[in-house]
Amino acid sequence: MVARIIVGAHYGWKDWLAQRATAVVMALYTLLLLGIALYQGGIDYASWTALFAHPAFRIATLLFGLALLWHAWIGMRDIWMDYVKPAGLRLALEVLTVLVLVGYAAWLFEVLSGAGR
Amino acid sequence: MPTAAAGSPMSDSELPGQLPRAARPVYLNLIAIRQPIPAIISILHRLSGALLFLVGIPLLLWAVQQSLASPDAYAALRASLAHPIAKLLVLGLVWAYLHHFCAGIRYLLLDLHIGTELTPSRQSSYVVLIVSLALTAIIGARLW
Repeated sequence: MVARIIVGAHYGWKDWLAQRATAVVMALYTLLLLGIALYQGGIDYASWTALFAHPAFRIATLLFGLALLWHAWIGMRDIWMDYVKPAGLRLALEVLTVLVLVGYAAWLFEVLSGAGR
Repeated sequence: MPTAAAGSPMSDSELPGQLPRAARPVYLNLIAIRQPIPAIISILHRLSGALLFLVGIPLLLWAVQQSLASPDAYAALRASLAHPIAKLLVLGLVWAYLHHFCAGIRYLLLDLHIGTELTPSRQSSYVVLIVSLALTAIIGARLW
């Protein structure tokens, strides 16, 4: 009988794809923001708050933020998986990473909801 | 160590001129091994990503929050970012973002099977390194 290592199949490619899709979202947002700044010839308080007063820009920023947090999760988990061998420590670091990311997400919602007022 | 008779099949631990497998030195000191340039780009990609997660994201959230709070908070943010140490920190994070951005574009192109041969992949690694450093230098010159 062949000793098989039982691992789930087909879960890696979803993360692989998500990592790349979120990267594209962030790259596009970066270019958008750069384009706006160059078009306006710089950014001051008035133009900055006017930008965030646009619902479309706030939605784009929310998309960027969520893409960033998702991307950061995949990347940090990969780092812990590759370099931290003890399973308990790795699990602790992964849980800590999730907590930090949830905290960042809450902060992001607060910033964006405050910007709409 | 037994010598293999001429013509007899050799196992890989008995190759002429080589130590038996167990006696070969295991030499995996990452600091001491001379890394090829794509490996350096890859390590910097991870390093910059971790830096952005730990320092970049909270600083960005804080800065955007301050910048939108009020004209006074906006001015205060600009003033605190004008401090030389703050500028150095921002410059470090700008490099991390730019390197991660450029190296990420390179990986996306590699995923599309563009530039996967040895020579182009080495060349694109140098492009990533130089472009991200040059853009950081330009932004640094504008900051100071």
